[in-house]
Amino acid sequence: MDLITNLMLGFGVAFTAQNLLYAFFGCVLGTLIGVLPGLGPVATIAMLLPSIYSLDATPALIMLAGIYYGAQYGGSTTAILINVPGESSSVVTAIDGYQMARQGRAGPALAAAGLGSFFAGCVGTIIIAAFAPPLTELAFKFGPQEYFSLMVLGLVGAVVLASGSLLKAISMIILGLTLAQINTDVISGTARYSFDIPELTDGIGFVVIAMGVFGFGEIIANLGMPAEHREVFTNEVKGLWPTKQDFKDAWPAVLRGTSLGSVLGVLPGGGALLASFAAYTLEKKMSMRPGEVAFGKGNIRGVAGPESANNAGAQTSFIPMLTLGIPPNAVMALMVGAMTIKGIQPGPQVMTSNPQLFWGLIASMWVGNLMLVILNLPLIGIWIKLLTVPYRFLFPAITLFCCIGVYTLNNNQFDVYLTAVFAAVGYLFYKLSCEGAPLLLGFILGPMMEENLRRALLLSRGDWSTFMIRPLSAGLLIAAALMVATVMLPSIKKKREVAFVED
Amino acid sequence: MKIKSERDFWSGIMFTVVGIVFAVGATNYSMGASARPGPGYFPLLLSIILAILGGIVLFKSLTIETEGGDPIGSIAWRPLLVIVLGITVFGVALPRLGMVVTVPVLIVISSFAGDEFKWKGVAVNAVVLTVFSWLIFVAGLKLTIPLWPTFLVN
Repeated sequence: MDLITNLMLGFGVAFTAQNLLYAFFGCVLGTLIGVLPGLGPVATIAMLLPSIYSLDATPALIMLAGIYYGAQYGGSTTAILINVPGESSSVVTAIDGYQMARQGRAGPALAAAGLGSFFAGCVGTIIIAAFAPPLTELAFKFGPQEYFSLMVLGLVGAVVLASGSLLKAISMIILGLTLAQINTDVISGTARYSFDIPELTDGIGFVVIAMGVFGFGEIIANLGMPAEHREVFTNEVKGLWPTKQDFKDAWPAVLRGTSLGSVLGVLPGGGALLASFAAYTLEKKMSMRPGEVAFGKGNIRGVAGPESANNAGAQTSFIPMLTLGIPPNAVMALMVGAMTIKGIQPGPQVMTSNPQLFWGLIASMWVGNLMLVILNLPLIGIWIKLLTVPYRFLFPAITLFCCIGVYTLNNNQFDVYLTAVFAAVGYLFYKLSCEGAPLLLGFILGPMMEENLRRALLLSRGDWSTFMIRPLSAGLLIAAALMVATVMLPSIKKKREVAFVED
Repeated sequence: MKIKSERDFWSGIMFTVVGIVFAVGATNYSMGASARPGPGYFPLLLSIILAILGGIVLFKSLTIETEGGDPIGSIAWRPLLVIVLGITVFGVALPRLGMVVTVPVLIVISSFAGDEFKWKGVAVNAVVLTVFSWLIFVAGLKLTIPLWPTFLVN
């Protein structure tokens, strides 16, 4: 079978000493930044990008991938132990995980998160291996119309399942798309909105926006909150092993979370964050076993479901990047950047032109997940030590790393100044309850959307119906319309609001 | 007219203003036609949609009742200004003064954003992070970051 031979090739690449070492390095670093609130995979990968010039493409990508899914593991540790999600995708884990820790059940919560993530990681790896080749075949049939419609579907999917106001989320996407128009027009070569500043003719780097809005905006918001006494449950992590009843409760949630996460990860705009929110909502809708602990009070399903989902989503979000060259989130956009640095054009041809890289990366994900379970369960004590570092030492360090990350990306001070501006903008968004994630996604997809839209219109001689005449494109647009329509239905709208209000 | 949701009111203003500014800007570039869209085509389309959406957000904030008026709350001026200042100083200083000077300066400035500021803790933090950054970024990752002030090197 092709799948087996491909995976054999992949494991052959992944099990070389060098690649194992880089996978391990990525996983350790990922867990570390996952545990540290405020420092995410985007900042870390941005910092490491300049250094991969000296590496081969395969170990470089293996390491960067390890950082991304490693952060999903680390993020849950902080969420459970101190009620501060280390990663945005662990926000919902904190709800029930922290309650479990308060009841002295931090161990089972951590085990559910770790084992659930491992299971999801294994399934995610198999899904990539199984679905990437047929999707690549399909991708060769994609014209500009399909690419455009697929991105519309992704953007719609991202807002529909996001929390908060739908209208504002859509506005943030459009705002992101608009900001992406500050660049040089690829077709005519006209510099747009550059005000004769040479740095702006290349466009604003999305790392600048990501660091400003997520990194610094979050630090300012954290410092603006009244200093609260943080309880750290460090001594109480004794019995890691969950009870029989815990297993019985958790495994269906792990299965549901994994399936949901795998599907949502494939959507452009999906990924870990979206998957964990959706999984938590789903778990709440499932019927309760008599005598089961309520959600928000320490239900193990509320930890197992979202944690499996965010790891599955983190894995499968490699699919649109690897097969279509479309980055579904900021981390994948950086991965595209890393591939470009190494002279590989992301897209459907990667699988045939660089099979070693493609299958090696996929196999390394399984290896990495195995490493992460060991790093995060038996060695949990090391990471807990980190949590006792007070925030007043942490936030200057995070500020420093973000600054260095922005500077080294292009060795350019202008990027640093722009980041300062976006730090203030990020705080403004926080104050106005406007979410940053849809903005960033719109910003990343903006140039690709414009290019494909204009190409499609050129081919159809200005006829907009071209998007509906081609069956693939029409199907994608109809799916997007259905999604919006479903959320607009009064009954679902109400449920959706309730689901997020309680969070 | 009374503002029913303060956060949405200002969000609406923000979207509308940005939309109008970009729409006016787009008129500087050639529109082309649907069959051959010019560089101004997509920006104009987007900014008009943005302005309209902003208008709807604004309208809703004035008509739909929210609990407690959804206030913005107090603004954390100190962390905001200190962090923004810290980043800017970092950008100005790094190429000129190098990492050895810039890193401690950034740590000291940004530490003022917190509630408590103790010289001893901040000094230790600054030294540790300077050595750590050198180890990781210069020695380990071999990034090209200026280390010493340019006037010393020359």
